[in-house]
Amino acid sequence: MAEIRALGIDVGSTTAKMVAIDGWGNMIWHFLEQADPRVDEQVEWFLLSVQEANPELTYYPGKGVEGIPLVATGYGRKLVQQATRQVTEITCHARGMYREMGHGGTLVDIGGQDSKVIGIGPKGEVVDFSMNDKCAAGTGRFLEDTANRLGVPLVRLGEVTLSASEEVSISSTCTVFAESEVVSLIAHGVPLQPILKGLHRSLIKRIVAMIRSVSFISPLMLSGGVVRNPAIPVMLEDEMNEKVIVPKFPQLMGAYGAALIALELYEPKF
Amino acid sequence: MSAFGWLTYAWNVQLLGPAALRINRWLSESRDKRGSRWNAETLAPPLKISFKNKELVGRHWLEGRYANLRHKVAWVTSGAPVEIFKALDYYVLYPENHAAICGTARVAVELSCEAENAGYSRDICSYARTDFGTLLSGKTPVGRLPKPDLLVACTNICQTVLFWYRVLARHFHVPLIVIDTPFVYYKEASAHALDYVMRQLEEAISVAERVAGKSLEERRLRTTARLSKMASELWLEIMGRNAHRPAPISVIDQFIQMAPIVEMRGDPETVDFYAAMLEEVDQRIRQGIGAVKNERKRLLWDNLPVWYRLRYLAEFLGEHGIALVASTYTNAWGELAPMIDPDGGMDAMARAYTYPILNRGTRYKLETMREMIERFDLDGVILHSDRSCKPYSIGQMDQRDRLLKDHDTPALLLEADHNDSRSFSEEQIANRLAAFVEMLGVEKWQRSAHWG
Repeated sequence: MAEIRALGIDVGSTTAKMVAIDGWGNMIWHFLEQADPRVDEQVEWFLLSVQEANPELTYYPGKGVEGIPLVATGYGRKLVQQATRQVTEITCHARGMYREMGHGGTLVDIGGQDSKVIGIGPKGEVVDFSMNDKCAAGTGRFLEDTANRLGVPLVRLGEVTLSASEEVSISSTCTVFAESEVVSLIAHGVPLQPILKGLHRSLIKRIVAMIRSVSFISPLMLSGGVVRNPAIPVMLEDEMNEKVIVPKFPQLMGAYGAALIALELYEPKF
Repeated sequence: MSAFGWLTYAWNVQLLGPAALRINRWLSESRDKRGSRWNAETLAPPLKISFKNKELVGRHWLEGRYANLRHKVAWVTSGAPVEIFKALDYYVLYPENHAAICGTARVAVELSCEAENAGYSRDICSYARTDFGTLLSGKTPVGRLPKPDLLVACTNICQTVLFWYRVLARHFHVPLIVIDTPFVYYKEASAHALDYVMRQLEEAISVAERVAGKSLEERRLRTTARLSKMASELWLEIMGRNAHRPAPISVIDQFIQMAPIVEMRGDPETVDFYAAMLEEVDQRIRQGIGAVKNERKRLLWDNLPVWYRLRYLAEFLGEHGIALVASTYTNAWGELAPMIDPDGGMDAMARAYTYPILNRGTRYKLETMREMIERFDLDGVILHSDRSCKPYSIGQMDQRDRLLKDHDTPALLLEADHNDSRSFSEEQIANRLAAFVEMLGVEKWQRSAHWG
């Protein structure tokens, strides 16, 4: 493995991610697991794993890896005491995505409980951004909760949705009310696939409204855990009439951006 | 008035109260503990004039406690033609200001709950709910509110006041004057709209005279209007001084110092107060003192303040070297100064009270913001999307869009409420503010890195 020069960690509401990069900013190692409510313990475990894979590094518990800068992002960033600096998800996602794709555009990141749309300029700078309202509507949680209610495993959600030939309208964007609406539709004998497609449509429309609220810069890019659901990019393309670009590691863009910032800031001067 | 009442008023309002407030100010000034609780590393101490402000406002509310003993009392909206009532010797109380005091004292939610428990919806303006809470419970941080003899609702700030004051009229069983000011959609109000407002003002005078039991003296009305104009001009001049770099006072300072221009407009003390404030602001400019030490970016604030989080906002922005330099809200109490014409009669008054920013189209607000961005050389805008103030918040999405696309000015929409802290989501607001600050590129690490 190439030498690790910087680390980035993204403590999200659903998953925690860590990325290690070399001196050229290439991603050389990453780690992803379900977010633990005890953030400090999880970060400790991540950093110990880094040391295990790279015995030449020295990790000081609670402090960090000697000589390796760490930038933390995500809603739990302030709890990462080992971090050299905390930076918001907006800046980190823009940074990671710009490096990964090599151009600006409009990035839609749909996370577990948080969605954001970021306008990235031609030099990788944040031009504008928008975040979801004070509830989980328009986030992965919306689909997760309703999929649970329908008894569809998350991994099959996209596939079942795309197999639908029809679609019913789900009027509510509120996760709780949508669940009641779904129960009512099932009681009326509506099949599963049209309901799922309607739920996805509801989420996509919410996201499109957010995209419309920022100054759109082409192309449209997508990241976040929800991208693993294949129905999301397909339906977003359909709704926006715009090709959607997805990076190789859509869930890691925040952590990758954090690592890149760490490298830029603390790169040794020769 | 009974002899006992006369004595009680004289003792408390004219002798003991003012003396106690003055001594308190002298002691505060001599100790000079300005800003001891706010982050002094990044923010300049509050203005020395703050002590005088506290004394003035304290006296106003002290007078209110005993006002029923000597004066007729009018409760009015912030955009009401107060000069008429001042000239008729009314004690004028602004329920909106009272609610704002409750907001800064952090009792607004408790009072709002009283109103909500009585059936008032949480969707109603939080100022209205706060005041309904005071009516229902009697609780207020200012001691006691005088009972009104007259209510005056002018619709130039919003339509809620129409229903709010109907509730007050039903509660107190007193006459209600409604002054309906037609909305100014385009640049100029139509002649018949101004005529309509003027006729209502004339009717208002006859009702106010009947309640007061005396006639309005034209000379006194002119004097009051002149004092109003002088204070408004001074206030406008003070805000204009922020064109200097660094800005001598922040918008947070303006929010704190604006109480007299709203609730004591037309009083000679208010003119003296703002003259002294202007002097202090000029002194700051001469000494190169900025409201935010190490000012790096300058922003505009749109909409009402978040009264219960002024310090949080000041300190957060101050830490990043960001100064709030201009605001459409504080500007609203100065921009009409040129329109106030003490010798212009009802015609001029109708004009001045038809043109407040909230009675004009969203395009006008956008133009005001654009003009401020240029005049004060601003780097961005924070648009407070105020759940309680719909007329102020409507159009902000489009205004944000236009600022960004047409004027290349970054703008942040911040969802909160001016008085109800239950609508203030701390974590989300902090995250948006932090992301906006990073976007402006003022973080120390951004300035040292080879960015982009």
